[in-house]
Amino acid sequence: MTKQIAIDARNVGKIYGVGVHAVTALGDVSIAIEQGEFFTLLGPSGCGKTTLLRCIAGFETPTSGSIHLSGRDITYTPPNERPVNTVFQSYALFPHLSVADNIGFGLKMQGKPAKEVKAAVERVLALVKLEDFAKRLPQQLSGGQQQRVALARALAPQPEVLLLDEPLSALDLKLRKEMQSELKRLQTETGITFIFVTHDQEEALTMSDRIAVMSAGELLQVGTPHDIYDRPVNRFVADFIGETNFVEGTVEGSAVRIGTGDLLDVTLDGHSGGVTLAVRPEQVSLRADGSGIAAQIVAATYLGTDTHYTLELGDKSLLVARIQSNSAGGMRVGDAVGLHIDAGAVQVLSA
Amino acid sequence: MSGRSKGLNGWLLSSPALILLLLAASGPLLIVAVYSVLEKGDYSGVRWILSGDGWFNVLFQRDIFDQTVSLADANLSIFWRSVKLSIATTLITFAFGLPTAWFIATRPPKSRALWLFLITIPFWTNLLIRTFAIMEVIRNQGILNTFLTWTGLISEPIQILYTDTAVLIGMVYVYLPLMVLPLYAAIDRFDFRLIEAGYDLYASRWQVLRGVILPIIRPGIVAGSILVFIPSLGAYVTPRVLGGGKNMMIGNFIELQFGQGQNWPLGAALSTVLLLVVLISLVVYTRVTSKDDPRG
Repeated sequence: MTKQIAIDARNVGKIYGVGVHAVTALGDVSIAIEQGEFFTLLGPSGCGKTTLLRCIAGFETPTSGSIHLSGRDITYTPPNERPVNTVFQSYALFPHLSVADNIGFGLKMQGKPAKEVKAAVERVLALVKLEDFAKRLPQQLSGGQQQRVALARALAPQPEVLLLDEPLSALDLKLRKEMQSELKRLQTETGITFIFVTHDQEEALTMSDRIAVMSAGELLQVGTPHDIYDRPVNRFVADFIGETNFVEGTVEGSAVRIGTGDLLDVTLDGHSGGVTLAVRPEQVSLRADGSGIAAQIVAATYLGTDTHYTLELGDKSLLVARIQSNSAGGMRVGDAVGLHIDAGAVQVLSA
Repeated sequence: MSGRSKGLNGWLLSSPALILLLLAASGPLLIVAVYSVLEKGDYSGVRWILSGDGWFNVLFQRDIFDQTVSLADANLSIFWRSVKLSIATTLITFAFGLPTAWFIATRPPKSRALWLFLITIPFWTNLLIRTFAIMEVIRNQGILNTFLTWTGLISEPIQILYTDTAVLIGMVYVYLPLMVLPLYAAIDRFDFRLIEAGYDLYASRWQVLRGVILPIIRPGIVAGSILVFIPSLGAYVTPRVLGGGKNMMIGNFIELQFGQGQNWPLGAALSTVLLLVVLISLVVYTRVTSKDDPRG
């Protein structure tokens, strides 16, 4: 079954300024986002993710390429004529309007009859569980409640695509976790395509159907959270998503010899010569009997369920291992241990 | 310290301010109110005899031969001109002031100070001199008419000076900064991201202006309008210089009663009327402009 494409960005580029002052915000980005998908644009600040979002919203016009919404070219359509709504990072709630009037604003501007607006506002208020706050002004609400109003306001006109520009960044950790599952629930209930911008890799991994990792205006990798985490295409993605040890080595036959002289039997995927191995801390296990690669524990950080051990290998290189605390059985800083790497899960990157 | 002596201390400490208010603000007003109900003196001043003539003469006149009473048309036309010109001045300064204030508020912070400075430059010069400068521009042999004749657009100079239009031009020029500054202060606090939110929610440019920008900068609009309307209504120098003798406004009419007219009670009654008109319009204006404010 082929899914319908909601947003199709083709070779989108955005350059600010001209001549020597020109700054490239977006290089040449092509993405097809499917209908009903929870799609995340992930990257550090200044990577172009917000610029791409603003091009989809219509606040910016790409300097090259085109953007299509359900097959229609909307590259030059003004924002008020796109069935696309945005949840702004600052919420941008209208301070002079009540919660209900904020939520009804879009429908009112579309010229919907007052009765229809009222019904829609009530429906959306129930959806975000703010029925009791309809008459309040935005400044009388907490940050989390304002966030819900911003969401409700953007959802009320039932857009084809909802854009979310780092909407959770202003909330504290507990509220952020709550809103993450809330967003996921709303997306499932409404079936609207969500395009979510964040620099928080954990947020991206837990919420998204697919993630696009961006850096310096370029798209590095698009895939499911599993794809991105387990098979990062390059060192930047591996480093940005989760914690990773990078181990340098050289291909020898069907294995890789690392700095300590040990051979690791990894899946080479056609790599040869010098390579970098991306080893996740949880792919490393320790043996008290000393079998495997010789290592010494130089630091241990207790994190509750897990403990992080920093290990020094024979060639003085460092490696981090994450071990379940209850199975770590009395390993202390200074102990000599044997180290095993789950070679099947190791990702080989070009050095 | 007991509550009672605390209250007494409070009164004692604020007494300098209270005495000043009493002497400088309430005192003169009280004198004006009292004079308005006295009989006029033979040449000027008042006689200390209670009389309703001052108030009567605000709206009515008595024929000097047969003593018949009729409405004082001349007075009414002066009131009407004053109100009309003041409302027009307020509207025109708003129409010019909003784009100006918007322009300044959207400049980079560094150059904003310079623009504001330029706006306040006219305040450095005496009002009378500024008004004579306007006269120099609009008089028949002035800069404007000379230029228009030179371009061939007109063959005869347009008579602007000594008309209501001249008074209007003068007042708009004089009071424009009083509109721009509060508008600027309001727009400066305005969160421009709300404009994007408006566009995102299907509002056109006009709808964003009406539904988002204007309601949010309303405090600035109210303040600017009050600052322009009140001095316009009591304007004296501008209508005197640019309106000539005949295009009087209330201010000139009041001055006339205390001067050549030698009718102090009428002048005092007119002053009280002006004060009441200003108070009533203030109350009505703030009521009307805040009626759809959910904050009440």
